[in-house]
Amino acid sequence: MLFAAILVLGIGTYTMRLGGVLLRERLTLSPALQRLLPMAAAALLAALAGTATLMAGSGFAGIARPAGVAVGALLAWRRAPFVVVVIAAAAVAALLRLAGVD
Amino acid sequence: MRTIQRTHGFDRSQLRDAAAIAAAMIAVGASFGAIAIAYGLPAWVPFMMSTVVFAGGAQFLAIGLFAAGNPFAAVFAGLLLNARHIPFGMAIGSTMGTGWRRLLGSHVMTDEVVAFTLAEDDPVRRRRTYWLMGITLFTSWNAGTLLGVLLGSAVGDYEALGLDAAFPAALIALILPSLRDKATRVVALTGTAIAVAVTPVLPAGLPVLCALLGLLTLIRFGRGREA
Repeated sequence: MLFAAILVLGIGTYTMRLGGVLLRERLTLSPALQRLLPMAAAALLAALAGTATLMAGSGFAGIARPAGVAVGALLAWRRAPFVVVVIAAAAVAALLRLAGVD
Repeated sequence: MRTIQRTHGFDRSQLRDAAAIAAAMIAVGASFGAIAIAYGLPAWVPFMMSTVVFAGGAQFLAIGLFAAGNPFAAVFAGLLLNARHIPFGMAIGSTMGTGWRRLLGSHVMTDEVVAFTLAEDDPVRRRRTYWLMGITLFTSWNAGTLLGVLLGSAVGDYEALGLDAAFPAALIALILPSLRDKATRVVALTGTAIAVAVTPVLPAGLPVLCALLGLLTLIRFGRGREA
């Protein structure tokens, strides 16, 4: 059962990955749509980042995680190197939790 | 944008990005493997997921639902979350090549690979970046999974290490360049606000897809420009 479920999830995910790529080749995209697609991708990624920052399940994620991400986002905005952004975000969240703020 | 370099091989900034993201993926993959073991799932489950599914968000979502004994919900929510790969694939097209390269390359398409690829303008650099990031992520994600399974519950408390903050911060760092375009920024922020707002009421996976509603803001923008 577990095996079949993972297989279906894997095949479905691969089909969507390849499907998007093949659709792009079969369809001639208008310039408007060509501009739209990267925007759609940016919206999905931003929403993934936003929900992963602020929400835990269906509730609010607390303080430590959003604070860590905020520090990381600020550093990214100031064009800090990628690795600094990631480590700073994790460190701030970890230190806040160590201090009892969650 | 980075220095343009058309010589063979990768420039230093690309390799540094790849190393940084590999380190992050090993850590997050290790958390995934350890959490799967902590949930009491057999060891082959995280391995099969990391190779066959290879999508971090969907994998975390799915093991939670597997552990809760609901494989149908796991498949449904996982596929819903991964539906974003359709517009991703349409955005990057056959950047990875054609024939077997496309068949194999499509499998390593992830959020991070797409973000890194779209950040490049030159087609040659795009292809190189896609494969560099795709192979790096696939390798490090699976190495991390192995590490996590071996360490078992030792890395189970990934929140104490702040790793839950590392994932969104990495995504934000990746999308920031595209957010410097005003219309994209409005679309992305509106979509994010919608997704966060509907998270408490919609099943997992759907809220992120609702972010596409942010594209509706373009109707106003488009009219303003053409009028």
